[in-house]
Amino acid sequence: MNARRADRWCLAALFVLMIATTVASIRYGAMDFSGHDMAAAAWGKLTGQADMPLDQRIFIELRVPRAILCLLVGASLGVGGTLMQGLFRNPIVEPGLVGTSSGAAFGAALFYVFPALLSVNLGGLTLPLVACAGGVLSTYLVFALAHTRREGRSSILRLLLTGLAINALFLSGIGFLSYVARDPAARSIIYWNLGTMSGADWNSVVIVGIATIGGLIPAMGFAKSLNALMIGDDQATALGVNVGRLKWTVLTINVLMVAVATAFTGVISFVGLIVPHILRIVRGPDNRFLILGSALLGGTLLSVADLIARVSLRPAELPIGIVTAVVGVPVFLSLLRSREYLS
Amino acid sequence: MLSTTDLVFRMGKRALIDRISARFEAGRLHLILGPNGAGKSTLIRLLARLLRPTAGKVLYDDRDAVSWSERELARRRAVLPQAIEVAFSLPVRELVLMGRYPHFGARPGAEDLAICDEVMRFFDVMAMADRSYGTLSGGECQRVQFARVLAQIWRPIEGATRHLFLDEPLTFLDVRHQIDFMEKVRIFAAEKDVVVVGVVHDLNLAVQFADRLLLLDQGRVLADGTPAEVLTGENLRAAFAVAPVLLTNPATGKKHLVFESGMKGR
Repeated sequence: MNARRADRWCLAALFVLMIATTVASIRYGAMDFSGHDMAAAAWGKLTGQADMPLDQRIFIELRVPRAILCLLVGASLGVGGTLMQGLFRNPIVEPGLVGTSSGAAFGAALFYVFPALLSVNLGGLTLPLVACAGGVLSTYLVFALAHTRREGRSSILRLLLTGLAINALFLSGIGFLSYVARDPAARSIIYWNLGTMSGADWNSVVIVGIATIGGLIPAMGFAKSLNALMIGDDQATALGVNVGRLKWTVLTINVLMVAVATAFTGVISFVGLIVPHILRIVRGPDNRFLILGSALLGGTLLSVADLIARVSLRPAELPIGIVTAVVGVPVFLSLLRSREYLS
Repeated sequence: MLSTTDLVFRMGKRALIDRISARFEAGRLHLILGPNGAGKSTLIRLLARLLRPTAGKVLYDDRDAVSWSERELARRRAVLPQAIEVAFSLPVRELVLMGRYPHFGARPGAEDLAICDEVMRFFDVMAMADRSYGTLSGGECQRVQFARVLAQIWRPIEGATRHLFLDEPLTFLDVRHQIDFMEKVRIFAAEKDVVVVGVVHDLNLAVQFADRLLLLDQGRVLADGTPAEVLTGENLRAAFAVAPVLLTNPATGKKHLVFESGMKGR
């Protein structure tokens, strides 16, 4: 079918775009690398060369994992946004809506303000672990509060409103913690809430990679069912979808992806909201295209944002959350004006 | 054949459906009538297994509806509701193709695409196949939904009955499209392996098209039979609290109803 073929071309184009931005992203930054340097560093890493020059070590231990982490986190947020907007049948939903990102941010704030409260110390993994736990716990709280025994029409709306309420609660908790905190803890909280890729290393790439791929593949399997949900719970049921099971499975996938991603990078706003919209404007709302497409475009958008965050104030860098909106919103608004998308 | 045995559906303490036993035969058009709150839509939703009964059973070909898997059921029963809001605007052809979802895996086969074309021609929506659903008028939307729903059960299944449920699908249609749609449903219902059960608000349309009527009141069956048997003055007064005047159409011999006023004047 023609539409399917156009989808495949569009995905291929998105893939090429993603590779191109990734190459640019590893090449430029506080320090620029030539093609020769990059190849030498990659060779050194692969062969386990012991006496690698410092700049090559920086490239292979910081720059490359950071670029990959951008792709993974962007993919997680993009796919999370697509899943949640599809599930809630609502275009203004963000992946963090069910409490995940505010809970993670609260966990991170606790870590910064009261490090002594935590008896665990896992080195560099302590913060991600605490944040991820915060994200999962707050999401669980939202689910538990919104859950009713009768799986009715209102349950998705109840979930949405419960998520809003719990988010407000955690945001005020974060506000309180940053109010009582002193520098540098207070600055760390602010920085974390704007998102940062500066903690990227190969460990985080592996962990976020598992969550991203582990979420993306099953999510693609639910694309048809999510399409059926576009025409309502009853009609999806009539088409053979177990709507209750679909909702909880998709929510769980979203929480897994978003909690793990947020745990390593802080709260990155807007990517999850606008990536699905950009793709819908360009290609329509078919989830069989949208899920993989939003993984590719989410990764691309975050790579571009990170590149700008690193080069605009060299050698300092901006929090990535500031840049995502600056990059994404103009694109989004211009597409919104140019098409009859919302008719 | 479709049947129910002592079907009960409770919401809280209140029984919306109160021990209904009824049979719906293939090859006939069954319509359910009743005043607001009689349980018509609830009964349709129970029959289509969009709701699970509190007690009693719905039997598809003498097998409990609860025992079918979602997909098995979706291949043999389709439901047409009053109106459908589509969350994100799809091309019409894609939407109609959704009706074939229970029949294909990752991508539609040649058979699925052929069926889509057939139903789109049947409902006269072929010309808008590539338009976006969001740009259609209310009546066009509903015709596209008819096409999608019938695509789901368009072909006979060996050794099994197909079921079509209509939950007040005519509400937003003008009179020409109402009649047009009911005629198409009749053509479909005349097939030997198809059970059609619907809720229609307009009593005269019911008289004109139904083979069998089921009159509900407060979750119970008040009358069950042919239109002539069910639509008596006594039944209508009991169910709707209005005084009917039954006229006979000289051309067809069918009864038509005119309502005088409420019961107060009597």
